[in-house]
Amino acid sequence: MTLFIQQLFNGLALGGVYCLAAIGLTLVFGVLRIPNLAHGSLYMLGAYITYFFLTTIGVPYIAAIGMAAIILFVLGVGLERLVFHPLRNSPHTHHMIAAVGAMFFFQALAQAIWGADFRRMDTPITGELRVLGAEISAQRIVIIITAVIVLALLAWFIKRSIHGQTIEAIEQDRIGASLVGINPSMVSMLTLGLSALLATIAAGLVAPINLLSPTMGDALNLKVFAIIILGGLGSLPGAILGGFVLAIAETMTATYVSSAFGDTVAFIVLVAVLAIKPNGLFTKAVQR
Amino acid sequence: MNALKNPRIIGTFALVVLIAAAPLFFAHENYAMRVITVGMCAAIAVYGLNIILGFTGQLSLAQGGFFGIGAYGVGLLTTDYDWSFWSAFAVSVIGTAVIGYLCGLIALRTKDEYFAIFTMAIGFIIFLVISRWESVTHAHSGVNNVKFPEGGGLVDFGSPVAMFYLVFVILLICVYITYAVRRSSVGRTLLTIRTSEDLADAIGVRVGFSKQLAFAASAVFGGIGGGLYATVVGFIGPDSASLDKTFEFLMFILVGGMGTVAGPLLGSMIVTFLFELFQDFQAYRFIVLGPIIVALVIFAPRGIIGYLGGFVDKRNRRRRVAAARRSAEAAESANRGGPSGHDDAADSHVTRSGGPAAPEEKK
Repeated sequence: MTLFIQQLFNGLALGGVYCLAAIGLTLVFGVLRIPNLAHGSLYMLGAYITYFFLTTIGVPYIAAIGMAAIILFVLGVGLERLVFHPLRNSPHTHHMIAAVGAMFFFQALAQAIWGADFRRMDTPITGELRVLGAEISAQRIVIIITAVIVLALLAWFIKRSIHGQTIEAIEQDRIGASLVGINPSMVSMLTLGLSALLATIAAGLVAPINLLSPTMGDALNLKVFAIIILGGLGSLPGAILGGFVLAIAETMTATYVSSAFGDTVAFIVLVAVLAIKPNGLFTKAVQR
Repeated sequence: MNALKNPRIIGTFALVVLIAAAPLFFAHENYAMRVITVGMCAAIAVYGLNIILGFTGQLSLAQGGFFGIGAYGVGLLTTDYDWSFWSAFAVSVIGTAVIGYLCGLIALRTKDEYFAIFTMAIGFIIFLVISRWESVTHAHSGVNNVKFPEGGGLVDFGSPVAMFYLVFVILLICVYITYAVRRSSVGRTLLTIRTSEDLADAIGVRVGFSKQLAFAASAVFGGIGGGLYATVVGFIGPDSASLDKTFEFLMFILVGGMGTVAGPLLGSMIVTFLFELFQDFQAYRFIVLGPIIVALVIFAPRGIIGYLGGFVDKRNRRRRVAAARRSAEAAESANRGGPSGHDDAADSHVTRSGGPAAPEEKK
């Protein structure tokens, strides 16, 4: 039972990270109608830039994540402007190829600056909490709380603020939205920036638990794609639900079946979902 | 007669002859021969990518994985199990065909972004299996001393020139298959799917089946390329199955031109040469190559052959228009009791020799 609670909290913490990463991806898909294959490398860059601020410059942890998030926001906006915007009328394959190109560029860049070796980001938050006999590290509690706060803020931003509502408007009907005076290019830039920002927060939160490497985004990339396919491309509640389901399935499999098996759960889920329902489980009808 | 006047065929032929002549210049430079031969192995895998991406319009990110299966099939069977090269090669190509077919069972149900994500997952799973399953694949230590093909006493494939021609002949077969597929009804079926899957479905094309066939075929080409690569290089590591390989193939096909017959070959040769230039900073080459690929997709999505083909089409169209105008004028003057119909015959001959109107490349 103690082990179960311990793993449940581990799963929830991991789920928070997956949610933050997946929600950005699903937003981008909703607005730009493309799967951003470079998302994992944005996450990776976010982790490295947080690391840079925290260790090299010596900024406090939360501030480091914030500064990295701002930098990644700008980078996301630039990515939209320079790569996806010129391709908006091209066939889908071209977007994906360009995204793969951007992904390799970011990876090579991180490798050039920080080297190919694994790096450890020291845990700024130490200590443990006892919940029903299980010891939960404070970092994981911080992850869960931050994820909930960020998700709540995001929900407020999209549902209540004028800029967030433009995102939803574009998702629902691109032409209709531009008819009422919403600029689709601006919204696309905002969305990509936002997705990079969310990925950075996720990366900054999980970095003290995991190691940093230029290829750390690859595995996450596939997992978040599995999540948003599970939840339906473009669906926000689907991404949140999918994130927690996958994370808990992963930690439970790693605990009770085999630790090597945990990582593969995402792929099994992905293949199984696509085999049963090729368009994802909760896909809403989307117009193209 | 028509074939001799078709610039596309002349161009492809010239390229093939040029490559066939390479040993004349580099026969004593083993390194250069090896680079070209490895480039041709990659070109074979790129022809596979051409079938699924160029013809069918589906982005497969598993090509590097299939390349890796072919390479490891040959590598492991010839070393750990001491098979002869040819039987190992045959088995690993059949193996990739089976795996490609099985993956295709699911892949055929997905489309567009789902297909790309699905194939990326497949490629990643293959890479994970190869790089983690240490007891079988030796993981990061890789496979050493892969056997050369047996020449049966006739040829010694230990010499780089003999190896070059072996790969070259297999490559030629792949080029011919691509050419034949493109001209056949199968090729047109695939092109229809690329243009619009829903439309193809509506006019009675078996979309799922065709996609599965294309995917399996692309996997087989990947396996062939990988198997040859293993024996040419002699040493293989997990990176021969990685996503980086897929990315290299994408670059080859983009530079050459998607959906063309000569494109993959030309692109592979040019980019292999570029990679050699960047060889000193291997790990960082993507800092330059990443933006190049993005720029290519944005500014030149049709590739070199695509653009050359565009020129040929334009010239043919101009000729046809001119010929039509001339025959119309001739008919007009004939109506007025002018010159005989002799010109007419000549004109219609010109029209025909312009070749069949090639289907317009998708932008």
